[in-house]
Amino acid sequence: MNDRPLFEYTLGLADDALVSAQRMGWWISRAPELEEDVAMANIGLDQVGQARSLLTYAGELEGEGRTEDDLAYLRDDREFRNVKLVERPMTDFGVAMARLLMFSTYQLHLYRALSAGSDATLSGIAAKAVKEVAYHVDHATHWVLRLGDGTDESHTRMQAALDAEWPYVDELFGSRAPSLAGRVVDPAELRDPALTDVRRVVGEATLTVPEVPTALGGGRQGLHTEHLGFLLAEMQHLHRSHPGATW
Amino acid sequence: MSTRDWPLWEVFVRARRGLSHVHSGSLHAPDAEMALRNARDLYTRRGEGVSIWVVRASDIEASTPDERDPFFDPAADKIYRHPTFYEVPEGVEHL
Amino acid sequence: MYGNDFGSDQAADQHVPAPDEQAFAALLADEGRVEPRDDMPGAYRKSLVRQIAQHAHSEIIGMQPEGNWISRAPSLRRKAILMAKVQDEAGHGLYLYAAAETLGVDRADLVDQLHSGRQKYSSIFNYPTLTWADVGAIGWLVDGAAITNQVPLCRCSYGPYARAMVRVCKEESFHQRQGFEILHTLSHGTSEQKAMAQDAVNRYWWPSLMMFGPPDDDSPNSAQSMAWGIKRFSNDELRQRFVDMTVPQSEALGLTLPDPDLRWNEERAHYEYGAIDFTELFEVIKGNGPCNAERMAHKRRAHAEGAWVREAADAYAAKQARRTESVA
Repeated sequence: MNDRPLFEYTLGLADDALVSAQRMGWWISRAPELEEDVAMANIGLDQVGQARSLLTYAGELEGEGRTEDDLAYLRDDREFRNVKLVERPMTDFGVAMARLLMFSTYQLHLYRALSAGSDATLSGIAAKAVKEVAYHVDHATHWVLRLGDGTDESHTRMQAALDAEWPYVDELFGSRAPSLAGRVVDPAELRDPALTDVRRVVGEATLTVPEVPTALGGGRQGLHTEHLGFLLAEMQHLHRSHPGATW
Repeated sequence: MSTRDWPLWEVFVRARRGLSHVHSGSLHAPDAEMALRNARDLYTRRGEGVSIWVVRASDIEASTPDERDPFFDPAADKIYRHPTFYEVPEGVEHL
Repeated sequence: MYGNDFGSDQAADQHVPAPDEQAFAALLADEGRVEPRDDMPGAYRKSLVRQIAQHAHSEIIGMQPEGNWISRAPSLRRKAILMAKVQDEAGHGLYLYAAAETLGVDRADLVDQLHSGRQKYSSIFNYPTLTWADVGAIGWLVDGAAITNQVPLCRCSYGPYARAMVRVCKEESFHQRQGFEILHTLSHGTSEQKAMAQDAVNRYWWPSLMMFGPPDDDSPNSAQSMAWGIKRFSNDELRQRFVDMTVPQSEALGLTLPDPDLRWNEERAHYEYGAIDFTELFEVIKGNGPCNAERMAHKRRAHAEGAWVREAADAYAAKQARRTESVA
């Protein structure tokens, strides 16, 4: 099988999940409370699982025999197709929850549509993932409400987190390749319903949707922030230090 | 630095349909909504449950060991409450 | 995971028989199990709080050495397994804190005591995880030693602790197996991988043996703990059990254990092992281990940086409660 456009599309979904999981994993042992360590690990695990299924499928679509690990560990940053939203450092809990709200709401709409789509493999992966990300949305929503409508300090920090993440939301809704029309869901069509959901939570949390300029996209074409290189260096170094080894 | 805990919640999990909720343990959470979610993550991450109750620990009223004798001993001699108390003639079934 | 190697608590050592001691001894003899609201001697309660809290702290600090490799796990399968495992450690810490809280202490106080250094955690977590193979060695040896320690605790006299341990042991068995699997894969991989595995085993073997605590004739709390049914076997008995279990496994791995005196004693039907240098253990307990400062700093930092989040959740809950009241 060699289906380049669908390969690129699937890789985009896979890399979003993988890079997001990599950032989420950092929180395990660093969350604000032990119960939250457990919750964030669960979310990260769901994302790794999605990434593995999607990468495996991407490898099949490409038809060159690359496995999930070949794709995860042996590509450079210019070959990664994730959006910039998920790759930037995430060491503040407010940022983590703001980003999770945006990302998982997008994923929820996307996977819901994909699960009803014509590609049997993608729809199978999406049907499983939709339940997972529904929980992620729920988790992020509960925290954004509590931080937005908690103390003065948490309100300020949560608003700052929204302000910092909002410029990167737009990229989630970039159009799929024209040749994929009718085959997969077009993220551009998810913009309104997904952002309506996010805005509702932001409003309920007594926060404001920031009026900030949109950051330049490019992640889907392999044009990333400087942060991705470091993230991949850390993630890949051991695997790459032992070419051909089994783990 | 001194800290204060979120309230303590007791967690009850129904392992599968047809069974009662059984006490699984406890956890801390700021409110009931978060307690339910924390319970889901902590006590059912290996598929141990299909339904969860959380109860604020401070809302539970419990009998004390001091009361154990007056509470429970009087039930010990009411052996006629148990089917084995009654004699059934040989050969009688389904009774 | 957890060890017995904690420093002793002065108060627990100087335990004076309480007037209710006889009734308690009768309860232990009749029922075998003590439940939270039972009358219990102050020293029993204190000793349990100390042990359960230190056990819980060990689970929580134990997240760090392995968490250190989540971002670098060499395959996605290993990454998922490791995340699930470190998550389990958090879960185990939570079960144990909950058990301790049934004795009338608050988790926040226990966590404060950890942060201020008044309560300890297992010294094994003050060793660094330098290579990926260390994740395997921790699973195989450290978790193996922990399980040896913990299985008898499932029958501990204090109900909530025993129940927490049943849950922990059930979940922990995957931890040891995944560690063994990591080492098995490495030792059957490239020569670099095998060397990495051997190096990790060399570094973790002796600290794992020390997890069982000082030798029996130098273990002040053991006799009382055994009389109370908290402890079921002595440190040396458990250590021997671990060695007997582990040596054949090392052969299956094709790795050697770094002890020239290790040999099978036909007569005793046990493996003999060389003398353990406990001076190192006591140095690590005192705070002079390779990672004591880092582990504590990491934990304190996470706690401090999370304060605004915890406070926000409290404030929100209070607001919601007021809103519900004003509606009602």
